Amino acid sequence: MVSPAVLGLLLFVLAPFALSFLISFTDLSLGSPHPMHWVGTLQYERLFHDPALARALANNLRFALVVVPLQTALALALAVLLHRPGWRLAGLYRAIFFAPVVFPMSLVAVIWRYLYAPGLQGPANRLLSWLSLGHWQARDFLHDPEWALGALMALSVWQGVGLQMVILLGGLQQIPSDLYEAAALDGAGPLQRFRRVTLPMLRNTLIFTALMTSILAFRVFDQVQILTHGGPAGATSTLMFELVRSAFERLQMGRACALTVLFVLIVLLLTGLQRLALRQRAL
Amino acid sequence: MPAWLALLYVWPIGMLVAGSLQAGGLGNYLAVGQRVDFLRLLFNSLWISGWTVVLGALVNSLAGYALARLQFPGRAVLLGLVLICMVIPFEAVAAPLFYSVSRLGLRDTLGVQILPFVANGVSIYLFYTFYLEFPRELEEAACLEGAGPWQIYGRLVLPNSGPVLATHSVITLLSSWGAYLWPLLVTAGPQARPLPLALANFMTTPPLHWGQIFAFGVLMVVPVLLGFGFLQRYFQPGSLTSGIK
Repeated sequence: MVSPAVLGLLLFVLAPFALSFLISFTDLSLGSPHPMHWVGTLQYERLFHDPALARALANNLRFALVVVPLQTALALALAVLLHRPGWRLAGLYRAIFFAPVVFPMSLVAVIWRYLYAPGLQGPANRLLSWLSLGHWQARDFLHDPEWALGALMALSVWQGVGLQMVILLGGLQQIPSDLYEAAALDGAGPLQRFRRVTLPMLRNTLIFTALMTSILAFRVFDQVQILTHGGPAGATSTLMFELVRSAFERLQMGRACALTVLFVLIVLLLTGLQRLALRQRAL
Repeated sequence: MPAWLALLYVWPIGMLVAGSLQAGGLGNYLAVGQRVDFLRLLFNSLWISGWTVVLGALVNSLAGYALARLQFPGRAVLLGLVLICMVIPFEAVAAPLFYSVSRLGLRDTLGVQILPFVANGVSIYLFYTFYLEFPRELEEAACLEGAGPWQIYGRLVLPNSGPVLATHSVITLLSSWGAYLWPLLVTAGPQARPLPLALANFMTTPPLHWGQIFAFGVLMVVPVLLGFGFLQRYFQPGSLTSGIK
């Protein structure tokens, strides 16, 4: 009964990864007439000294450091605001905030490319100008080295927050209501109930969603490829963008596979951190 | 309350729908059909997502059921394997798979966009935890009547797996329908190309006409919205207990 699944996992997850590990020690290149050579750890040494990769990893890290706290906080706020049993509009709001999750990232990127149009004709610029009572200076978000990564972060949060919100809502529904009643009897106000009941009870769900989002921050690709192609001047390049460029545009399989190994190490590190956080007892 | 935030949230979606009707009206939708073979692209996406969801439901629920209920040698090892595969995202195997697929000459096929995504660690684990909670009494009764594991699975377990099937289908459908990286690597022409990649190409192919681009976007999101709306109705935790009565 397990054999089809095991076959699938072996063939499409474990074997490719093992292959990737092997190829990362070679100079294999797709379509090259030269025979493949074992090059030891050369690919890794090159990666270590590669400024383009350092730039990409720094962007992933920035992405994680901004998007994870921002998206988690926003999702938590929405979940708490919408968790009101018997409130009719809750369903409508939930649908609104969840809707972008159903949108493929490619479509999200296309919509936001329109929003980010340069000049005051661009909808995002117009909105910011209106909100700032005309103080906003129109920018070309996607071509401005200072703004491009932030622009990608914004649309990623827009698309991702709904999924975190429904997971957290599920967590909120599991909290027994007598805990709140007991806290209220003890004279705890709404803020204290949130800090003393909601947060500790939601702790594991929060850790789970934060891990999910931080791994996503190291998988970012679609929006980079569609909107900025890593530019301007590497300002939005990411690990996955580098990997695909190596494998697909330059056909350097050795380098792409070394990047794959690096990516898996990052994912395992993040997962290990999550296990540690889950094991630590709540204070 | 979050009313202003909700407005800000629907603003890009509203702009998509409104934009698809501006500068050309419904003609934008017709123009999409004239500029690309939209039915072909739609068929590709439906075919890929449909088979990934259905085959995945079978393969992963079988594995989840066996891991939760059957005692067989190597069970613990397999569970460990599933846990490892759960945390490894597809991106981790994209490069070596791309290499294998290119060497085997399997690029530009629909199958190569389905098979790698059928067996899935997350889905197996989802089914596994669901079947751990599945009431044993039902299976024991069937067992007393002489049913083997395959019969119990087919006649009793799978028909009562509504909520977890819906959850599996939702997560698989969303990731399959939106897949961009893998089709970018393995499709060269339009014959096996799915919608997301075609949309990105449509946007960069002159003439730049936002009304038509948005019409393409609306057409692309409607099927997945319908699928999601349909699955959401079965997405009820109560459906498990109703199967026991």
